[in-house]
Amino acid sequence: MAVLLLADPGDDELTRQALTLAQSLGEVEVVGSAALPVARAHIPELPGAYAPGAWATALEEAIDRVSPSAVVAPGTNRGNEVLAHVAARRDLPFAANCTAAEGDVLTRVRWGGSLLEEARIHSSLPLLSVAPHVLPAVTGEGAPEVDAFTPALSDSDLAVQVAEHVEETVSGVSLAEARVVVSGGRGVGSADGFGILEELAGLLDAAVGCSRVVTSAGWRPHTDQVGQTGTKVSPDLYIACGISGATQHIAGCKGAKKILAINTDAEAPILASADYAVIGDLTEIVPAITAELRKARSQ
Amino acid sequence: MRVLVCVKRVPLTGGRMVLTEDDQALETRHLGFTISPHEECGVEEAVRLVEQHGGEVTVLALGPPEAEEQIRDTLAIGADRGILVATDGGEWDPQATAAAIVAAVRAEEEFDLIVFGNESADSGNYQVGIRVAHALGRPVVTGLKGLSVEDGVARCEQEVPGGRDVYRVPLPAVVSVLEGINLPRYPSVPAKLRARSKPVETVSPERPGARLEKLRLVVPGGPGKQAEILGEGAGAAPAVVNVMRELGVA
Ligand SMILES: Cc1cc2nc3c(=O)[nH]c(=O)nc-3n(C[C@H](O)[C@H](O)[C@H](O)COP(=O)(O)OP(=O)(O)OC[C@H]3O[C@@H](n4cnc5c(N)ncnc54)[C@H](O)[C@@H]3O)c2cc1C
Ligand SMILES: Cc1cc2nc3c(=O)[nH]c(=O)nc-3n(C[C@H](O)[C@H](O)[C@H](O)COP(=O)(O)OP(=O)(O)OC[C@H]3O[C@@H](n4cnc5c(N)ncnc54)[C@H](O)[C@@H]3O)c2cc1C
Repeated sequence: MAVLLLADPGDDELTRQALTLAQSLGEVEVVGSAALPVARAHIPELPGAYAPGAWATALEEAIDRVSPSAVVAPGTNRGNEVLAHVAARRDLPFAANCTAAEGDVLTRVRWGGSLLEEARIHSSLPLLSVAPHVLPAVTGEGAPEVDAFTPALSDSDLAVQVAEHVEETVSGVSLAEARVVVSGGRGVGSADGFGILEELAGLLDAAVGCSRVVTSAGWRPHTDQVGQTGTKVSPDLYIACGISGATQHIAGCKGAKKILAINTDAEAPILASADYAVIGDLTEIVPAITAELRKARSQ
Repeated sequence: MRVLVCVKRVPLTGGRMVLTEDDQALETRHLGFTISPHEECGVEEAVRLVEQHGGEVTVLALGPPEAEEQIRDTLAIGADRGILVATDGGEWDPQATAAAIVAAVRAEEEFDLIVFGNESADSGNYQVGIRVAHALGRPVVTGLKGLSVEDGVARCEQEVPGGRDVYRVPLPAVVSVLEGINLPRYPSVPAKLRARSKPVETVSPERPGARLEKLRLVVPGGPGKQAEILGEGAGAAPAVVNVMRELGVA
């Protein structure tokens, strides 16, 4: 029996990671993309803008044609959303953000990745989404046999549909894509305290990040927050200034290649997640690093 | 406007995840409890809508009797009343959770809007809101970073690459929200006092069998790292710059 993979056309990388898990379960047929190295692709003709109900109906029709042993999707907003709709319609269990599956036993992430759960899914048709950035992506183009179809949509399938797209331009270095992130926590002390972090970030072409304590206090906007309920970052270097290292914060920065912690407390939990540390007051250390960088560059 | 917000009691873990001996749950003896930041923003959003349009905010939690504590916290933010769907403390999977929420909602006068967190803080299955919406036959929009209501229509904004997607759905509807949609207020002391006397009603449903059955929990990633100390105070700056050079980011 084949395994069906629902592609997220907006995220090729995570779709290819999901393909890795799907391939571990059997031969894969894809819904929604003709570019993956699989034997068969089912391409639904859907009207205009994204509508989760329409995608759910398309996926259900593909399920009825293929009678798969499992359905897999990337753990993107839309992947999770469409699978949850199918799960609700068919009264099936759905396990989100899995990292592995074998038979009916699967491993999934909890707490944004700080904890793993092994679970058994009691279902003739397991629905699984795949946690982002855990599995490698399948590479290469494919030339699948394409099976185009037009799902029979009802009015309610289109009751929720994107009506409008508002463009927003982001200025500066994007937090999610920055090569260096200079991040501050409660230890920075105030909104103004971020001035020295911004100065260092400017020199390094870095983005400025922060902890939740900082956004809750209104010192920085939530778009700067790194963590489980903020942005997940994967820079070459993450500099954590005055951040204690709560699991919910680490969930957002553990993708960094290296972490440097600057903290007055040599016992702070962040030291167990960091590669390097400087012990002391960030208001002295951060300007000293900035000065040292300037000096090194002028030589 | 009648608004319902669903919140879940979860442990406030610190720097480490510590499991009970049977690997079935987090060791919570030394921990406080809280709700997800997404849900806290959901309560704030509901309170703002009712401040603007009039009406009432109800908060529902399915959990052990102690979850009343989390309901009271939301009453201090400005919600009006609570419903505790009391469990024996055992595990309810997402289908069972949604079914119990649906039963509690059906026993009430209709809500114009039901607000969920996008995903719960702990198990994060991204589905309870969608299941509830489906059972009630209502439209559902997930992952909102903006919400306003005018003439019985909810304008819902999602953050997507390059901007925002906007949906318009008629009430009654279901939404799930993300932290950042607003900045929740800190409850004042008088608000905390008032919260103590607001009504919280308890219902106790039967526990159904689990179809997504947790077997055990595992803390990932072997022994933690031990950071290399580059130095103390400002004197460590040259060592830091050396590391930056080695990493090719200086
Ligand atoms: C479900 C859930 C989701 C959450 N999501 C997130 C999230 O996405 N992101 C997030 O960050 N948090 C999140 N949190 C909150 C998290 O649990 C912590 O409360 C938060 O990360 C702590 O922020 P902090 O490290 O800045 O503050 P603290 O824990 O107070 O740490 C401050 C640190 O600064 C150090 N310090 C103080 N003064 C100085 C100085 N002058 N120089 C150097 N060091 C100094 C102290 O030694 C301490 O280590 C979440 C919580 C929950 C329950
Ligand atoms: C006391 C208790 C202990 C539990 N212990 C475990 C455990 O150790 N292991 C385990 O696997 N499961 C446990 N569960 C059940 C499980 O964690 C979830 O509540 C259930 O599976 C819902 O899935 P989710 O949290 O992933 O929902 P999601 O779909 O991620 O949640 C989305 C939103 O639904 C709402 N919601 C979710 N749950 C509740 C709730 N209980 N009350 C009100 N609103 C809610 C919130 O608005 C939330 O933001 C426990 C439940 C309770 C009540």
